Amino acid sequence: MSGEVAAEIRTTHILDLAAAGKRLDGRGPDDYRPVSVEPGFVATADGSALVRIGETVVVSGVKLEPGKPFPDTPNAGVLTTNAELVPLSSPTFEPGPPQPGAIEVSRVVDRAIRAAESIDLTRLCVTPGEKTWVCYVDIHVLDHSGNLIDAAMLAGISALAHSTVPAKRFELGEADYPLEVQHFPVECTFVRLGDSIVVDPSFDEEQAAQGRLTVATDELGRVVAMQKGLVGAFSPDDVRETVQRALAHGDRLRKRAQGGSA
Amino acid sequence: MGSVGAKDVPVLLSPEGLRIDGRRLDELRPIRIQAGPLHQADGSAFVEWGANKVMAAVYGPREVHPRHLQQNHKAVIQCKYNMAAFSVDERKRPGLDRRSQEISKVIAEAFESVVFAEEFPRTSIDVYIEVLQANAGTRCAGLVAASVALADAGIPMVDLLPAVAVGKVAGQIALDLKKEEDNFGEADLPMALVPQSGRLVLLQMEGHMTPEELSRSLDLGVQGCKAIYEKMKQALRDRYTTARLPAEGP
Repeated sequence: MSGEVAAEIRTTHILDLAAAGKRLDGRGPDDYRPVSVEPGFVATADGSALVRIGETVVVSGVKLEPGKPFPDTPNAGVLTTNAELVPLSSPTFEPGPPQPGAIEVSRVVDRAIRAAESIDLTRLCVTPGEKTWVCYVDIHVLDHSGNLIDAAMLAGISALAHSTVPAKRFELGEADYPLEVQHFPVECTFVRLGDSIVVDPSFDEEQAAQGRLTVATDELGRVVAMQKGLVGAFSPDDVRETVQRALAHGDRLRKRAQGGSA
Repeated sequence: MGSVGAKDVPVLLSPEGLRIDGRRLDELRPIRIQAGPLHQADGSAFVEWGANKVMAAVYGPREVHPRHLQQNHKAVIQCKYNMAAFSVDERKRPGLDRRSQEISKVIAEAFESVVFAEEFPRTSIDVYIEVLQANAGTRCAGLVAASVALADAGIPMVDLLPAVAVGKVAGQIALDLKKEEDNFGEADLPMALVPQSGRLVLLQMEGHMTPEELSRSLDLGVQGCKAIYEKMKQALRDRYTTARLPAEGP
């Protein structure tokens, strides 16, 4: 049984290992698990990607359809990010309305996409105040082996980068055209284990964690979003160091995503 | 579900008797079954069947949630069939709808007919089916995936449950309809077979068929189920022969 109970028993062991600079799965504190990105996994979506980080598997599908702009932003398209932590992916998830965990994943990913201005929303507008493209980024977690935020982000942005605007299908243009992604943010998540701050936490490490910190960076080296989660604390120096590590990992993650699987 | 109004009906059957994708009337779409692709679940399976992509996972026997469903003499089998928002042409709103609830119910009942539930009193066996890409026949693909996932989880059962839909295309009985055939076809008859006994534990029907057509459809469906049964067994064999090999050579 790989659930929370087993993870709790392992907590002491994980913390002892961390004190010696080691991790349960043999990685060093700054080792990210192998990452692969498979664009175009779902043919019914306008854009999609299957992302693996170690044993964590997340699939994202993008759908674009015509709709109305919000009254306060009549010239802008609508972007909606939704993560489903379906009970298939973990013994700890239950059926029902989205839990706070799923909402946090959605919002952290959504924030990075918006803040980085990945999509120029004004270009999604068809008729100001009347008609615009509504872009849904749906993220489905299939196997939860830790670090869902990074996996969901990578899946979401990769799906967007491979999306086609179905203009012809909805009779809003002569031909379909690729959705333009201006910036490519990626998230990088760390957890505190005692005095050690390790990257890309596994499921067990998340259970043992004394604080989680996620840093989203884009290809220009900007920090575009952050999220501290779980019970625990980070000093300003911890944050500064983590940002530097996130920038380095971010470059590698982007290369994986943009160059296909690796 | 046609995304754009009722357009011209495509030619579903050529003069040579071939279907829209070149299949004969009694031919299945290509099926690939992978047992055990997920790590968190107690058992899992991924099925690619034509243009369907379906993942299933099994958890249990474990504690029953909600508690009041608990049975003192046997395990309860709970099934959740769910479609991803991006699995169909027009985005599906996430969450439970009546169709998903009905499908979940008939699939759960199909499994209750074959699982030795009395061996696990006061527990729940939870079956989750996620449709990632849909192209007609998702309940059958989901059932096949869930059945392999149950076996992968080591749940004792009378038998695996192969499933397939038979339909009527351009007036002819045809095996395993794809989307265009389902949209414009005249009947749809999904079924799940217990190969050991030759009995059906899931059977639904919608459309128009004469009793004679229905009778032929049942025979064709049973024949299709038997072919799928072989693929299900092979998927489990593949999983448990490769799993025993050392990860790396000497």
